[in-house]
Order: sequence, then C-alpha cells, then structure tokens
Amino acid sequence: MDVGDQVPELKVTPDKYLPHRYAGASGDFNPIHIDVEFAKMVGLPSNILHGLYSMGLVARANATALAGGDPRALKRLSVQFRGMGLPEQEVVVSGTVKSVEGDRVVVDTVAAQSENQIIRNAEAELQI
Amino acid sequence: MAIKTEAIGKKWAASTYQVGREKIKEYANALGIENPVHFDVEAARAAGFPDVPAPPMFCVVYALPAMAPAILDPEVGINFATMVHGGQVFEWGEVACSGDEITTTPKCTGIYEKDGKGFYVFESTSVNQDGVQVLGATWTNIVRGI
Repeated sequence: MDVGDQVPELKVTPDKYLPHRYAGASGDFNPIHIDVEFAKMVGLPSNILHGLYSMGLVARANATALAGGDPRALKRLSVQFRGMGLPEQEVVVSGTVKSVEGDRVVVDTVAAQSENQIIRNAEAELQI
Repeated sequence: MAIKTEAIGKKWAASTYQVGREKIKEYANALGIENPVHFDVEAARAAGFPDVPAPPMFCVVYALPAMAPAILDPEVGINFATMVHGGQVFEWGEVACSGDEITTTPKCTGIYEKDGKGFYVFESTSVNQDGVQVLGATWTNIVRGI
C-alpha cells in the first residue's frame, strides 16, 4: 500500500426499490427519496438516493478493498454531498491512497454516476 | 433576511437505541455488505466480537432518533423545502454490536450564512452501555436561498 495507489473500484446499480429498502433499514422516510411525484413537485428529476446510502457505499468500498470488510477497520470518514444520486444508474466508487503512516491509511474517495460526482472530497481513514 | 443564530450552543436530550441482530442484517442487506460477521453470530464470535457487529455506517440508524428532534427544532429554524445534506463526518471508537445500548447526545455548534446559503452544523457523541465512545459525528445541513 503506497501513496498514489488506486483502491479497487466498487460498482453498484441501486434498483428502483433500493431507496425504499434503505428508508426502512435506516429510518429516513423523507419523501424526496421514496415518492417520485413528491420529488418532482419540489423540482427534482425523480426520487433521489439517500446521501447517507451513498456514503455507506463509500464506507463499504474502502473496508472491502483494504480490510476484507472488517467493521473494525474504518476509523473516520468525512464526505461532502454534491450532485444528486439517482436510482437505476450505476454508482462507481473509486479511491486513491493519500497517506500511509504505520497501520493508518487515508484514502481520497469519490462516488459518481457517469460524470456526476455525488460524493466528493471523501476522506476515509482506516487501520489495517 | 438575517439568519437566526439563537440555537447555537443548544443541546437536546440524549436518546438511547438498542442494537439488534435483525436490524443489522436489514441494514447490511440494503448496502450489499456480505461479510458473514454481520449475519451469523458464530462467525462474529469467531472473528473476536461479543455478538454480531454493526457495519460502521449503521451509526446513522442508532443516531437518528437523537438527531431528528435537533434538526427539526423550530428554534433552529431550518427551511426543509430547500434543505440539502451538505457534509458529514463520522469518527468511530469501539465497534457497536448487537445487544449494545447506545446513547447519543446532540448539540448545535454553528449556524452561519455563506454565499447566500444557510449552514446548520450539529455535533453528536454516542456512547455504549459501558460509557465507551462508539461515535463522534458532525452533521452539516445547507439551506439554499435563505
């Protein structure tokens, strides 16, 4: 693991009903995520992915790539939410190692749907 | 209109959430997480956990009941019609496992205006039944066109 190394990508296409399952799992039933008509009424293109779901994919991608999915590895994750994520479009999570100090690795991570970055400036710190 | 800042420094009541195996499974399934430690108590114990561990981002599940009253508080005054989730920082301590009782305490640490947008910043800490910290978090919500 060296500075500049690419972390293996995670590619996930959330299906049409994923926002409903995530709403149930997380307890966040904001209608912009689960009601297409409501979402359009407030000016969105359709219902949108929960930002914390996309952040969950960023956490999963880093833990899987660097620590075999060990839930103890991720110590810190900071993100900025930008473009909206949409269901039924592939999300690609990609990362680059920013620093390595002893057993601590920091990865710069982005989650995007084609050219649209839905999470940027994500910094994941793992103990591996 | 100037942004209301009276709620800076306000603290809300702590809220306690009991972590359970089935809820962890449901969350892991929604995220596509496959590590058997999240699904099978024997696999969890073999990996050194006292019971089924939660994935790190499960923190949103146990913190939400405490955060909702803070973010929805009329004294804070967030306009939900134009609110977007701006940023999020989580720092994990001890791993939360099934059976844990996790108590989360929120406070408002900042309300300010920048580039015509309102920024509302909350911080929370979550501790388990032994008083050991499992999470420190910063939640930033942005309101467009205040």
